[in-house]
Amino acid sequence: MKAPTDRKYSKTHEWYLVNGDVVTMGITQHAADELTDITYIELPDVGATIGAGDSIGEVESVKATSEIFAAVGGAVLAVNEALSDHPELVNDDAFGDGWLVKLQASAPEALTALMDANQYKAFVENAEQS
Amino acid sequence: MTESVHKTPLNDYHREHGARMVEFAGWEMPLQFRGIKEEHVHTRTSCSVFDVSHMGRIVLTGKDCESFLNRICTRNLAGAEINRCYYSHICREDGGILDDVLVYRYEDRWGIVCNAGNREKILAWLNKHAAGNDVQVRDDTFDTGMVACQGPATLELGGELANRDLSTIGRYRFDVRQIGPMQLVISRTGYTGEDGVEVILPTMLVPFLAPKLFGTKDEPHPIIQPAGLGARDTLRIEAGMPLYGHELSEEVDTLTAGQGWCVDLTKDFIGAEPMRRLQEQGLPRKLVGLELEGRRIARQHYKVHAGGGAVGEVTSGTLSPTLSKSIAMAFVASEYADVGTTLEVEMTGARRTSATVVKLPFYKRAKS
Repeated sequence: MKAPTDRKYSKTHEWYLVNGDVVTMGITQHAADELTDITYIELPDVGATIGAGDSIGEVESVKATSEIFAAVGGAVLAVNEALSDHPELVNDDAFGDGWLVKLQASAPEALTALMDANQYKAFVENAEQS
Repeated sequence: MTESVHKTPLNDYHREHGARMVEFAGWEMPLQFRGIKEEHVHTRTSCSVFDVSHMGRIVLTGKDCESFLNRICTRNLAGAEINRCYYSHICREDGGILDDVLVYRYEDRWGIVCNAGNREKILAWLNKHAAGNDVQVRDDTFDTGMVACQGPATLELGGELANRDLSTIGRYRFDVRQIGPMQLVISRTGYTGEDGVEVILPTMLVPFLAPKLFGTKDEPHPIIQPAGLGARDTLRIEAGMPLYGHELSEEVDTLTAGQGWCVDLTKDFIGAEPMRRLQEQGLPRKLVGLELEGRRIARQHYKVHAGGGAVGEVTSGTLSPTLSKSIAMAFVASEYADVGTTLEVEMTGARRTSATVVKLPFYKRAKS
């Protein structure tokens, strides 16, 4: 299973890449694979303010609709506009071209409590065995 | 009662070809291989092979089979042609659908292919009603396998494999090939809206057929590609075909489910009375096709509104790969069932999306 070591992971299968106080987030490749072909992604407006733990949108696939949660609060700096026409980018490259939003994090240190890549891999493997 | 999950005789082939396996109706089945959309498009444009071995295969013998099945099935099977398949429903006394099945009329026997999740229920129903008749019911599911080859390239490719011109088998007709003491049944049927064939064969013949359809891991078949349950579902939705547990259930009768074409109300069968009454009084609700605005998918049980309160419920929905539109099937009160009627579907978060009633099916293949 792929999980780059440069970022943090949540139990709800989002990833967070921290650069100063700008946090880029997306869903993991594992989550994208589980959803199967993604058909629609709803994202917040640029400029919106998000609270830690809030749902920031939805990812919809042929199989299911699932919410996206932000583990960190802040202002939305950018959303991945390419996804409105090409939601399949998340399936193709969930950790790269399939990023979802960039946040001006109000408290990026909250992310230190999340899992690192190895912990996330173990978390997914455990969940699959149970 | 906990039972182990059944594996089809093609299980190893699925794993070898990178399938993502899921449990479906007590069977371990491939959900997808390369991706649902890709498999869907390949089926519409070329040829896909689906493992449908999970479906129930029941054999009936005895001299009372015809009259017995004609009382069990909504379809009129009196004088059924040999080597022909008949799509039919099996209903309860109150008209509620127990299952939708394909009835095969062989020279020396009858066959029923039913849904995996209904197999035990249907076996029990058949045995109960067969009592006192010369009808023997046998479950052949675990001694046979079944594959569906679907798509415009199927007849040509399948013809090469079978060494037989498959186009001479008419739609909903089948051919029995004797191989020593064993039989291979090729029917011109399917559940995708494409032309194609389905093959029922003894489990021990699967290792001979499967490599010809799948190829090997390193050398897959150059044209035929395996497809999973995910594509099977999106294909049948586009083709407007009902699925048990969605459009069909014990809470719905065959007429309401829009399948009146497979009912003969002039004959006597279990469930006929309530359906005759419905026919006389008019259906309070109908199955319709919906085309939704935008790309969001309407899921089963989403409510359908006409301005104010709910007037119906979605049964299935998907983003149609062929039409690039969000499509759904739904039961709605009959006054809202006319083609062109504008309705609203209540999506997640109580948001409403505009939807228009359209004619079913959403997709019809070009006649070759």
